[in-house]
Amino acid sequence: MAMQFYASPEQIMRDRSELARKGIARGRSAVVLSYAGGVLFVAENLSSALHKVSEIYDRIGFAAVGRYNEFENLRRAGVRMADLNGLSYDRRDVTGRALANAFAQTLGAIFTEQSKPFEVEICVAEVGPTADADELYRLTYDGSVNDEPGRMAMGGQAEAITGVLKSQHRADMSLAEAAKVAVQALSSVGGEGGAARTIAANQLEVAVLDRQRVGRTFRRITGAALTALLDGEVETGGQAGAGGGAEPTVPTTEAHKPTTSAGSADLEDRPAEGGER
Amino acid sequence: MAAGFDPSGRLPDVFTNAGTSSFTTFLSRVAPEMLPGRRPLPPGMAADLAPHATTIVAISATGGVVMAGDRRATMGNLIAQRDIEKVHPADAYSLVGIAGTAGIGIELMRLFQVELEHYEKIEGAMLSLDGKANRLASMIRGNLGAAMQGLAVVPLFAGFDLAAGDAATAGRIFSFDVTGGPYEETGYDAIGSGSLFAKSALKKRFRAGLSVEDATRLAVEALYDAADDDTATGGPDLTRRIYPVVMTATAEGTRRLTDTETAAIAEGVVAGRMENPGG
Repeated sequence: MAMQFYASPEQIMRDRSELARKGIARGRSAVVLSYAGGVLFVAENLSSALHKVSEIYDRIGFAAVGRYNEFENLRRAGVRMADLNGLSYDRRDVTGRALANAFAQTLGAIFTEQSKPFEVEICVAEVGPTADADELYRLTYDGSVNDEPGRMAMGGQAEAITGVLKSQHRADMSLAEAAKVAVQALSSVGGEGGAARTIAANQLEVAVLDRQRVGRTFRRITGAALTALLDGEVETGGQAGAGGGAEPTVPTTEAHKPTTSAGSADLEDRPAEGGER
Repeated sequence: MAAGFDPSGRLPDVFTNAGTSSFTTFLSRVAPEMLPGRRPLPPGMAADLAPHATTIVAISATGGVVMAGDRRATMGNLIAQRDIEKVHPADAYSLVGIAGTAGIGIELMRLFQVELEHYEKIEGAMLSLDGKANRLASMIRGNLGAAMQGLAVVPLFAGFDLAAGDAATAGRIFSFDVTGGPYEETGYDAIGSGSLFAKSALKKRFRAGLSVEDATRLAVEALYDAADDDTATGGPDLTRRIYPVVMTATAEGTRRLTDTETAAIAEGVVAGRMENPGG
């Protein structure tokens, strides 16, 4: 009979951590930061169909780095949990903190119970009425959760990227300024010999949680709007640049009488421009 | 929501598995008691127990669709509520109006809104307009048992079809019966107790190629005709400033006309009837 080698729990945890950290470090990075008009997500992503950044609920967004199948699994769970709670209570009762807790429990349980941990790092962001009230939670592979004030970077070489963010980022920036800082931070690493490089607009996935919006605040910035934003051609200020030009209908603040659906402010492509989203 | 909590504290498998993109299917696994059709009902008729929502009209116009509903809910011979809202956005490009048992209707409508949003978030793309209508049909079908005991809900669904080749004809209307449906309607449709009168009015006044503005006026006219002959339908209430809810779905998304706009339309309709009561 073959003898099982003894491995101390400490050793097992160390091995798992190392596996997860290596997996995460291989991937491309993502940054999340507060700006005057909301919360900005910028992720380096070669695919335009497989998202690293997505919507969870009205004021809550999700960004992840690492293995796609693993964080997609958590994202679905988050959407399901948020929709379930929003239907049973009220839309206002779905919070980023509750989601961060559920993700932390799940990641923690997977880390200790399964032979392979999830190789992911996740950000749950909730946009508040002011930049000070924004909540950014960092969740790591072992289930630890951290509340990050104002900005965070995830993925390979996150420390270097965080360094750039720390020196450049202010909470009262406009969207264009914030996007510039984010891209600068992401491109500050990974060049030849650790030098800076340039990242093309089509390799970036950009989205915002728009503070001013009523209902669903998540919006992707893609195509021409993204190129214009990064080139600094349009000064969009607090209002996020609308993809496709025309402004979406603005919901009224009349009590309990939305003139638009929660989602109609979420328009990106008009049907006249091809009819697909 | 107590279904299948994992002792380790992690989210149960039903949350994380790839399985389905439908929220109702997910709900049937974790919290079936939250689905309207899954509750056991004692035998007997329950029709007079709860308020009933009444007339909704929908009209397709050039470049969109208009839906309007009166504000009355009745319980037998009583007016249960004067300012109920029965027309709601289902998502960014579609509208849903409910007639029948108000409580179940509102619950169904909320569930339908979550269903559409949930699919959009999970899949990263909206359902097609026909897909939305089919989902609504299957939700109505789930309520058949309650409908047979008098707690029927019949919605009217309309939206702007993003896949339509021509934006001018992209406004589409679907009606349902208690066993599901859906049936696509041409031009216009109405549901609820006053629908007979509203549809008769629309039959004579509707013309293909109406503008969205003309269609909103026509919808309020049709509701006036319904209120004229049906006691359960409320007309524009000028003393309390309660006017019909009018919504449009166009390429720009759904929009609810503001109270000022509906007041202007309703007052115009009432002024017209002062001269000619039959319209």
